[in-house]
Amino acid sequence: MTRTNARFGGLLSLAAMLALAGCGGGGAEGGGAAVQVGGPSGTELAEHQVLHLGNGSEIQTLDPHRGEELQGSNIQRDLYEGLVNEAPNGELVPGAAESWDVSADGKRYTFHLRENARWSNGDPVTAHDFVFGLRRGADPKTLTIYSFILTPIKNADEITAGKLPPTELGVRAVDDHTLEIELANATPYFLGLLTHSMTYPLHQPSYEQHGDLFVRPGNLVSNGAFVLEEQVVQSHIKVVRNPHYWDADNVRLTEIWFYPTEDLSAELQRYRAGELDYTYDIPTARFDWISENLGSELKISPWVGSYYFGFNVTRPPFKDSPKLRRALSLAVDREILTKDVLGAGERAAFGWVPPVRNYTGQNMVEASWTQAEREAEAKRLYAEAGYSEKNPLRTTIYYNTNEDHRRISVTLASMWKETLGAEVELFNQEWKVFLDTRNEKIDTQIFRSGWIGDYNDAFSFAELFRSTAGQNDAGYASPEYDRLLAASQSELDPAKRAALLEEAERVLLADMPLIPLYYYVSQHLVKPWVGGWEPNIMDRYHHKDWYVLKH
Amino acid sequence: MLRYSLRRLLGAIPTLLILIAVAFVMIRLAPGGPFDSERQPSPEIEANLRAAYHLDEPLYQQFGRYLGGLLRFDFGPSFQYQDYSVTELITAGFPVSLTLGGTAILVALLVGVAAGCLAALRQNGAVDHGVMAVSMTGISIPNFVMAPLLVLVFAIHLRWLPAGGLGQGSLRNLVLPVIALALPQIAYLSRLTRGSMIEVLRSNFVRTARAQGLPTWKVIVKHALKPALLPVVSYLGPATAHVITGSVVIEQIFSVPGLGRFFVTGALNRDYTLVMGVVVFYGVLIITLNFLVDLAYAWLDPKVKYR
Repeated sequence: MTRTNARFGGLLSLAAMLALAGCGGGGAEGGGAAVQVGGPSGTELAEHQVLHLGNGSEIQTLDPHRGEELQGSNIQRDLYEGLVNEAPNGELVPGAAESWDVSADGKRYTFHLRENARWSNGDPVTAHDFVFGLRRGADPKTLTIYSFILTPIKNADEITAGKLPPTELGVRAVDDHTLEIELANATPYFLGLLTHSMTYPLHQPSYEQHGDLFVRPGNLVSNGAFVLEEQVVQSHIKVVRNPHYWDADNVRLTEIWFYPTEDLSAELQRYRAGELDYTYDIPTARFDWISENLGSELKISPWVGSYYFGFNVTRPPFKDSPKLRRALSLAVDREILTKDVLGAGERAAFGWVPPVRNYTGQNMVEASWTQAEREAEAKRLYAEAGYSEKNPLRTTIYYNTNEDHRRISVTLASMWKETLGAEVELFNQEWKVFLDTRNEKIDTQIFRSGWIGDYNDAFSFAELFRSTAGQNDAGYASPEYDRLLAASQSELDPAKRAALLEEAERVLLADMPLIPLYYYVSQHLVKPWVGGWEPNIMDRYHHKDWYVLKH
Repeated sequence: MLRYSLRRLLGAIPTLLILIAVAFVMIRLAPGGPFDSERQPSPEIEANLRAAYHLDEPLYQQFGRYLGGLLRFDFGPSFQYQDYSVTELITAGFPVSLTLGGTAILVALLVGVAAGCLAALRQNGAVDHGVMAVSMTGISIPNFVMAPLLVLVFAIHLRWLPAGGLGQGSLRNLVLPVIALALPQIAYLSRLTRGSMIEVLRSNFVRTARAQGLPTWKVIVKHALKPALLPVVSYLGPATAHVITGSVVIEQIFSVPGLGRFFVTGALNRDYTLVMGVVVFYGVLIITLNFLVDLAYAWLDPKVKYR
């Protein structure tokens, strides 16, 4: 075992020193670069470091190993700290682990935990807590659907399938502050996975004392920058600063209130009334009004997500008809779609994987053509596939009931009508019904879909179109694609691995089981006094980096 | 009276059982299930999930299990809000909805009846036309339009009242949702009171009372009000139902953590136990309220006697 990874410890203490130097008289740190606070620039801190944040629909659970939605993980990220953390710009930085070493074959990670890390009750955070948490995450009894995050760890899949006991998981506490994780295969994006809540540690004594109620206020012992103080379902969750957090001196906020609001208009109203400092999202229908009246507070930034329409390739008319699929994809004018129909900064997509770390996004070959050229090619392919004015394609689009999806479906249908003469019928369904229909692959021909990456790596997208993937609603099955993905999983060299995944995306785009439409953007309203907010591609924020400016 | 009450209570049991059975089957018939999500669970995990929530058992067994739980006031665990049981959610949500709905009905009664009486006394006068015009508007504007308007004016522009949430249980937070919820009821109640009051005022016993030289307020309060309130009382049952359904919308708009919101999110998430819990709870509530209304009837109208 040789050390291939630079130890982060020195780097971090340097950053901390820089930050401290920048702070002067009781200032705040803005993450990557130190922010001058308290100087004549007017960036003074407010007396009350309290923020009120909109947080989308009500969370399912605060249990880090059982949650599956973004809303819950927004809060878990404040309550817990994984081995690896993220800077405001999304870069990976040491978290509960001060540093780590990776073996030459990339299969063994050794994490050196901070000796001064404490749980919110003062207990030291040890390697055993991580072992306990990781085993629980893989345990089928935990009833989590996100255990696949742990897949790279040795025996994880066998444990989740109930074939091995959780104690067989490839994790080991060498001593109180050294954790060893053994992987089944080298996984270049493994460190990124360690920011996921599935890998958070768990305080064993409080879990054993309270059982499933361990997540309640008063019971919950956590190791993050904040502790849970109050929870009223459908009303709010209040967290307060954790005095035992190892970096508590650099945490500015004393209280954060999270408010659930399913209704985005209601969230906007509360923001305008001054009850919220930050919104989870904005109602798209009000986009023009918002950019006109709250323009300076509207923050739009790239988000690791891809919006597409899929073809059901298991049934006619799209089975065995790559030409027809290509024709439909080319006939879509993505400029009109993103600029005129959506118009909230979405970026037109000609490929599947959005911009992610260490990867060059692939585009379909026609991406560089003009739209007129694409449409001419679309007509040619449409005719070649055997369709004409007299014998037009008759097909259906299924989408889940939502104003935006409806507008996009209508736009696509009219573009296909105009360019190709295709007759398209639209069907909308309520979300859960739609999920069923789409997954059954019986009624669907063309369906709406979208995917937000679970981690900042191309694989989080690539795996969706694997023939065995549960989310492969297109029913796409390409041995070549599966082979490239499998090869990428055991490839150690990052450049070669990226090349394999890029090759896989080219295969996918040549077969075209999907129509890539646009890459997502995150949209938030942020009050001018919220400091420390920085956009990042994962749209994930650690509120320990935030502060309130005087206003 | 006692025998009547007992009979009513016994009669409520089959009603409730039918309600539970129908709701139990209907929610399971709805396409899509509680564990459907964009990220499909592996077959093993899905089987574990179904077993953990007893969804793998035959339907009659699930139903029996559910009824057994109900007898112990146990509504089961929520599928969606995994950290809480349905009983806990209802216990937390109901007081909020009760405060909201109860205040709204009380306000509606006071304002609606007063306005109705006033209009009846000044029949075809300016006051009458004014009250009726306002109430017509109140009936015509649905609360999902009225509520955001109220927020826009009083929370965003004037900044007098909060736009949503419960705050720390402060009264200020209740004002807008209560008004939004009460307005349509005020409108309806004032029309109802006006109509029946006009009729009562024309009846013989009122004329006799007047002939005896009683002052108008005494005629109204002592003699006319009670019979005039009969239709109002019989409307209270449906009014409660309206307020409950209205609160589903209002709680959403004002982000109030009441039962109505659980009903909507529960249905959308296919949270079987939560939806069932709210249905059963509301079922019992409405049956009880209808019973109380009937008892109040006997008290108000000497012609009504229950045996």
